[in-house]
Amino acid sequence: MMSLKINGQDHQVDAEPDTPLLYVLRDDIKLNAAKYGCGLGQCGACTVIVDGNAVFSCVTPILLLKDKEITTLEGLGTIEKPAPIQRAFMAEQSAQCGYCIPGMMMRAQALLQRNPNPTDQQIRAELAPHLCRCGTHMRILRAVHRAAEMMTRADAGDQGGTL
Amino acid sequence: MIAAFTLDRRQVLLGGGALIVGFSLRGAAAQEAASPAKRPGSLATTPYLDSWIRIDADGRITVFTGKAELGQGIKTALQQIAAEELDVSFEAVELVTADTKRTANEGYTSGSHSMQDSGTAIRHAAAQARELLIAQAAQRLNQPADSLRAENGAVIAPDGTRLGYGELIAADILHVEAQPSSKLKDPASFKVMGRPIPRVDIPAKVTGGAAYVQDMRLPGMLHARIVRPPSYGATLTDVDGAAIEKMPGVVKVVRNGNFLAVVAEKEFQAIKAMLALAAAAKWQEHPQLPAERGVRELLTNLPSRDMTILNVSDPSVSGLRSIEATYTRPYQAHGSIGPSCAVAQLVDGAMTVWSHTQGVYPDRQAIAEMLQLASDSVRVIHVEGSGCYGHNGADDAAADAALIASLIPGRPIRVQWMREQEHAWEPFGPAMLTQAKASLDAEGRIADWHFEVWSNTHSMRPGGAGCLLAAQHKAEPVAEPAPKPLPLPEGGGDRNAIPIYAFPNAKVVHHFISQMPLRISAMRSLGAYHNVFSIESFMDELAALAGKDPVEFRLAHLKDQRARDVVQKAAEAFGWAQDQKPPAGRGYGFAFARYKNLAAYCAIASEIEVISDTGRARLVRAVAAVDAGQIVNPNGLINQIEGAIVQSSSWTLYESVTFDDTRITSIDWQTYPILRFSAVPDTIDVHLIDRPGEPFLGSGETAQGPAAASIANAVTNAIGKRLRDLPLTRQRIRAAIEA
Ligand code: FES
Ligand code: FES
Repeated sequence: MMSLKINGQDHQVDAEPDTPLLYVLRDDIKLNAAKYGCGLGQCGACTVIVDGNAVFSCVTPILLLKDKEITTLEGLGTIEKPAPIQRAFMAEQSAQCGYCIPGMMMRAQALLQRNPNPTDQQIRAELAPHLCRCGTHMRILRAVHRAAEMMTRADAGDQGGTL
Repeated sequence: MIAAFTLDRRQVLLGGGALIVGFSLRGAAAQEAASPAKRPGSLATTPYLDSWIRIDADGRITVFTGKAELGQGIKTALQQIAAEELDVSFEAVELVTADTKRTANEGYTSGSHSMQDSGTAIRHAAAQARELLIAQAAQRLNQPADSLRAENGAVIAPDGTRLGYGELIAADILHVEAQPSSKLKDPASFKVMGRPIPRVDIPAKVTGGAAYVQDMRLPGMLHARIVRPPSYGATLTDVDGAAIEKMPGVVKVVRNGNFLAVVAEKEFQAIKAMLALAAAAKWQEHPQLPAERGVRELLTNLPSRDMTILNVSDPSVSGLRSIEATYTRPYQAHGSIGPSCAVAQLVDGAMTVWSHTQGVYPDRQAIAEMLQLASDSVRVIHVEGSGCYGHNGADDAAADAALIASLIPGRPIRVQWMREQEHAWEPFGPAMLTQAKASLDAEGRIADWHFEVWSNTHSMRPGGAGCLLAAQHKAEPVAEPAPKPLPLPEGGGDRNAIPIYAFPNAKVVHHFISQMPLRISAMRSLGAYHNVFSIESFMDELAALAGKDPVEFRLAHLKDQRARDVVQKAAEAFGWAQDQKPPAGRGYGFAFARYKNLAAYCAIASEIEVISDTGRARLVRAVAAVDAGQIVNPNGLINQIEGAIVQSSSWTLYESVTFDDTRITSIDWQTYPILRFSAVPDTIDVHLIDRPGEPFLGSGETAQGPAAASIANAVTNAIGKRLRDLPLTRQRIRAAIEA
């Protein structure tokens, strides 16, 4: 048994310590957003935020995550009450199949928490580890810019983050 | 014979007010009685209106499509069409997609056919349903039908009397065959169609909702992983599964001939057991791949069946100056970001499979054949997966899950492929070779055109159990069916091989190669990608020979007004000018095609930057103009075109499957690199030419070829050298610069 703090809640997880976080999120906690894409740290589909940093959950064993704050896309907002970055992706219609999108959003969220006003170049550089096969890149960039604007506006409300 | 699926009226009535319905097979008799005039879209094969539209007594509206959402936004577009012609709000329609128990058999969701087939069927069915409801109301109210109008789910009389659709439907009036023509709404009055309605699937996808087959968790579900052979044709000589069955959580090791898999309670337990099982398995491999042979040598040394698919001549015109060129395309991978996945469950002898297949009916038939079950004992339900761009591992994963589920009755079995498996075992887009030769007359116009294409088939979809890996690998294997060329006008290897331009003398030959050294099948746009790349590269070579501007040169050979319109629109929006001079290190390129010569029109102008030290090329700016007939959802259409341009730029600049004499060696994103954010264009602008009242023209694949050729033409414009072998890698560009 291991204790993990996910989206602000403590979970007792019955998994072997070498289990990558991705499988605990999907299989034990039954969360959908972090996706299996490669399991090799090559595509970004599994990205979540750990203590403010974007990490590949597919190559992060849970034994490294004791006392860390893990945030998944589900922890930012809900379909009824979406976070700014979620609203931005909806507004820009930034998905085709959408499989890569949650990972992209988590890395973008981590960037915007660190740097609320990134340049286009900074966003592109930040997203470099992420692959999208549908070619949704232009819209993803637009959505991240839009999210940055929404989050810096006074009326943005909830910034996303642990619910 | 394709049987018509229709609602069984008794089942409808049994459901009472709740109208619980199921489909039953009526057999083909009803269909044979069909009137000779062809019904529009898929109504031709599934004529009953209630196969498409159901209205419940409480007014609820359900629309059924046999097509599947692949991330192309089809659900939203079809819902818009139904809502528009039924005169109800967008939200009032619930859409059910491909499911062998509930929806019509519309074959595959492929070839940019969904709008033409299903969109057209739903539009006409909805329009005819609306007219039947109005006629029903006219009868009840004893008023002439043309004095009544439909609005927001009700028929309204001049005196304001409203009869809701639910009230009117009680007579089961939709259980009739469609008429060949319908009273369609005037596009000028559209309220739902033609608008950028947000996609219905996006909110769940950006908030962690269950959106994919990968996200299914059924009660009692087990996780399976396959241990695939290390190479094509490898045979399993020895494996000891006993130790693996003792690993934590492992429920079963499955061995059936060369089919090897492990089933566990939890997903990562299954993966660990898979790794142990793979290490324990001994395989006999057979070196049989054409390593180190270029595409040219490979394809010209395989036997081919040669078909002349165009031959026109005008002896009064002859050419003076001629050139020729050869173009190649390597094997390329679909490379879905999410490896293929499926869930299957056997309950009381009935198999249910949830799959991201593009064809639930063909997949059902293939799985039934593999398991030796009656096809009505198998139900295949489409659930979205990661984008597929053609025939990827979806059907194979479905077969894997079904084969394993057949051995563990009752428990749902979820199979997901590993990254390396998807890369090594998906059926690739086939390698291709084209040769072009043409001559110009005294005025610099093309007098003579000769084009030949060498290719495998572009579809090995099931097609029978023999197309499924699990069926090929099991102890009593099912033989792979012989490949067939896909018939024109759509074609396969010869898709878009016939030029759309008007040439006085033209000959086109398709060399169909039936031997398939690598596993191949349909990849977005099939042969059109390479044929359009070749034709549109060659048009630029000829324009240069003629000393003409590439856009002018195309227009001089283009009669179709809609084709001319997209060419002119793209050129104008790009700022194309006859005397243009790109800045140093940059190049401009242009290309055009009408997909399949019968679907959407697409012209693209590109700006490329080439770093001469490294040879690295980047698409900086693309401007596209598209005519897809009547537009249903402009934002959805733009999304598709933007995506196609970006994807095609990745194919064109980076991608080729690699192999040695035994194994596929491009097995992940490091060994099969694709476009990354660092190389994403600065801008992509898509201009739509709407054609209200014109038929829908499939557009999902229309940009693949033009994007490739416009990039290649821009590279030539930048470096002054022509590259004719795809992909246009930095090594090749560098070598061309230095040559
Ligand atoms: S799934 Fe983790 S990086 Fe690809
Ligand atoms: S939207 Fe499909 S992979 Fe990115």
